[in-house]
Amino acid sequence: MTTTTTEPPEAPPPEPPSPMESAAGVGDSLARSLLVPALAVVAALVIGALIIALTDVTLVPQLFSDLGPTLAAMGREVLSAYRALFRGAVGSVYAISETLFATTPLLLASLGVALGFRAGLFNIGAQGQMLIGGMLAALLGIYLDLPGPIHIIVCILGGIVGGVVWGGIAGLLKARTGAHEVITTIMFNFVAIYLAQWLLTIPLFQEAGRNNPVSKPLQPSAVLSPLFGSTYRVTIGFLIAVAMVFVVHWLLFRSSFGFEFRAIGLNPEAGAYAGMGVVSSVVLAMGLAGGLAGMAGATQLMSLAPFKATVALPGSVGFDAITVALLGRSHPVGVLWASLLFGALKAGGREMQGAAQIPLDLVTVLQALIVIFIAAPALVKAIFRLRGEAERPAQLSKGWGS
Amino acid sequence: MALELRGITKRFPGVVANDDVSLSVAPGEVVALLGENGAGKSTLMNVLYGLYHPDEGTVAIDDEPIRLDSTRDAIAAGIGMVHQHFMLVPVFTVVENVVLGQEPTGPLGIIDWGEARKAVIEVSERYNLAVDPDAVIEDLPVGIQQRVEIIKVLNRNARFVVFDEPTAVLTPQEVREFFGIVRGLQADAKGIIFITHKLGEALEIADRIAVMRAGKNVGEVLPADTNAAELAEMMVGRPVELTVPKGAAEPGEPVLEVRDLVVLDDRNYRAVNGVTFEVRAGEIVGVAGVQGNGQTELVEAIMGLRPSAGGTVRLLGDDVTDFTPRQLHEHGVSHIPEDRQGSGLVLGYTVAENMILNSYYDRPYSRGIVMDWDATREAAERLVEQYDVRTPGIDVAVSTLSGGNQQKVIVAREFDRDVRLVVASQPTRGIDVGSIEYIHSRIVEQRDAGSAVLVVSSELDEVRALSDRIIVMYHGQIAGEFTPDADITDIGLAMLGSGQ
Repeated sequence: MTTTTTEPPEAPPPEPPSPMESAAGVGDSLARSLLVPALAVVAALVIGALIIALTDVTLVPQLFSDLGPTLAAMGREVLSAYRALFRGAVGSVYAISETLFATTPLLLASLGVALGFRAGLFNIGAQGQMLIGGMLAALLGIYLDLPGPIHIIVCILGGIVGGVVWGGIAGLLKARTGAHEVITTIMFNFVAIYLAQWLLTIPLFQEAGRNNPVSKPLQPSAVLSPLFGSTYRVTIGFLIAVAMVFVVHWLLFRSSFGFEFRAIGLNPEAGAYAGMGVVSSVVLAMGLAGGLAGMAGATQLMSLAPFKATVALPGSVGFDAITVALLGRSHPVGVLWASLLFGALKAGGREMQGAAQIPLDLVTVLQALIVIFIAAPALVKAIFRLRGEAERPAQLSKGWGS
Repeated sequence: MALELRGITKRFPGVVANDDVSLSVAPGEVVALLGENGAGKSTLMNVLYGLYHPDEGTVAIDDEPIRLDSTRDAIAAGIGMVHQHFMLVPVFTVVENVVLGQEPTGPLGIIDWGEARKAVIEVSERYNLAVDPDAVIEDLPVGIQQRVEIIKVLNRNARFVVFDEPTAVLTPQEVREFFGIVRGLQADAKGIIFITHKLGEALEIADRIAVMRAGKNVGEVLPADTNAAELAEMMVGRPVELTVPKGAAEPGEPVLEVRDLVVLDDRNYRAVNGVTFEVRAGEIVGVAGVQGNGQTELVEAIMGLRPSAGGTVRLLGDDVTDFTPRQLHEHGVSHIPEDRQGSGLVLGYTVAENMILNSYYDRPYSRGIVMDWDATREAAERLVEQYDVRTPGIDVAVSTLSGGNQQKVIVAREFDRDVRLVVASQPTRGIDVGSIEYIHSRIVEQRDAGSAVLVVSSELDEVRALSDRIIVMYHGQIAGEFTPDADITDIGLAMLGSGQ
């Protein structure tokens, strides 16, 4: 279509209330919006099973000579792999601890990315924001001498500040110059890595006697206490992350900032017409998104022995967070479930590799498949024959009114 | 050789969009299909164009039932459709667009551009559809783009042409030219279905007018036997006031004073070039003009959405030049934006959320930064009731409402406070007769309550119906001022820059 001057005089076809959540009716729309992701997971597991079966180099050739028993053997293999995955994810206290441990930074960073999405911002920079947040938390954790709980709070606040600054700069660049946040945040990831790499080699940070970029260890007072006892890795950082689910939910759906973010995310022009400060909202939303990622960096540093900062601190969490935010439909509660799922896959994947000799890469494949199915809801709906919009022919002409 | 739709029924989950609808058109005949938004016109045409399969009923040409499973079938049967939103590739030329999908090919499947070009020129000359075959679509005005669509349809040997709201995007001049084209097609024995909700156009161009309401046939009339009021009643199902009754204006103190205002457009041209006027309390001033003569920029500058490049805007004597939209909001300025869906509403937001879109930041809708959804819901429930917004509830996305009801949401939001100045741009564009009547009466109500009202519309009829004074804009300047009972030809001439 080449015109922009008018709108359809006929109303668009009735569609389910916006995926964006509104003031009311949380439960129903949430259940509906989680259906497709849930089915996507199922579909991914099915295809994952095929991959497990068909990549077994000893079994595949036998398919032609000895079909029945070979299929049965493949079935057993798939079963044992998924059993190991499941066991590694939730099969024991240790497994649950590992799942929650992996979930913690992911959840925080994903909440940040989701917040950005809501405001119409594609924040690819969680990785860098985590790192800068982690570095600032490290500085405070190494040098300050404070009693336990206060030291922890100060370090986490430091992480938040680091992330806010790092994300906020990208927001400021977008608001002031129009520089696209996708580009700037990606570039800021590089800046963060090399900045951290350098900082970790100066005496301020570097551990004495080291020649590689590793920081001094945090003071014990800045270390997060374990949640299930000292034999398990998960810390109270997980509880902090879950608390942030409520904070972000409140911010998005109960505060006037959230009202602005969501309005501007959906239609910046209408936001401007309604007198919203689009520029300040962009900076604020990017800053908050960065703050959450910075918090992820801080808690990761303060949870993971030996409590020293390195450039590898974020792992792949900053990028996985994008996936998780999409999977969770940018809804804080959805993001909580999605992070738990990814945390479980991460923890279970290690067990699967150890016990069933299935490469950890399969987990990556499963994650990728889940994303593909999420990105193509029509595909999932077709596979599971869901009734709904997918059934109706594309609206080539106009709708049929209200 | 007639095209007939017989007893078409089409159901969607929860809705019967077409209920036993019949319609026919003969070669050389223009049939207007009239109906409100949501009456089922589009569904019927989608059935005709092979996009929907009807649950009951048949389509027949010359008493011969035909099967339409795709648009390809429809095209093969000689049915062409000119959609309201043009289906053109903006970066392609006219010729490329016309032959797209049916490119004449030489040996080895190479497109024969000479042949294609010849065919386009032939059609455009035969039907008097002047267009440069080598122009790129995005450089062409909307009226010419529409010609390209028509050429496309004719190039596929359509014998029946469906026009879907063809005049919605055209200026009054382009409408005249378009009607000329329709007459030409008619003379060439094409059967034409003209979908519209504009009564005057149906009366002018059609040989026969079929009216639909709520998915059903309401009746067929001949233009000679009917009038606009009767048609409106058929469409809406009750008598409708086509021209809102209003008493004489009692202008008071000046509310809006615009002096020597200069505004640059996006390309840094002077879209508004030294405009001076005032709007007094209790009067409606209408800005008429062909679209693109600076009206949009004028409103944007007054509303703080575009910086001014000279001159002043005063509100009740205070200089408010380049105030922000929020400052103006707080000074009692209401704005009905020109582009309802693009800038007036957040379509993904609920009705309730849109009701507070510009007042959310203060009591009663929020305290500090905490939204008060109870207060919001309460206000939304009241406004939906008070402003007759037809919606299943305040928690549905505003995108699911019809255009008229969307506009009522904006009107409710903008009028429900102490208003000193109303700036309404294209307040009734593309909405149904019932909603037009309603919104016009609300605007007059605002005037009678002592607000100053500035109405900008490219529909001259609307400006004349509402205004107490009319100013005409041409090339960024005021080309004349008229009373609403001034001769329409004089106003029209001023719109073309050749008045006075």
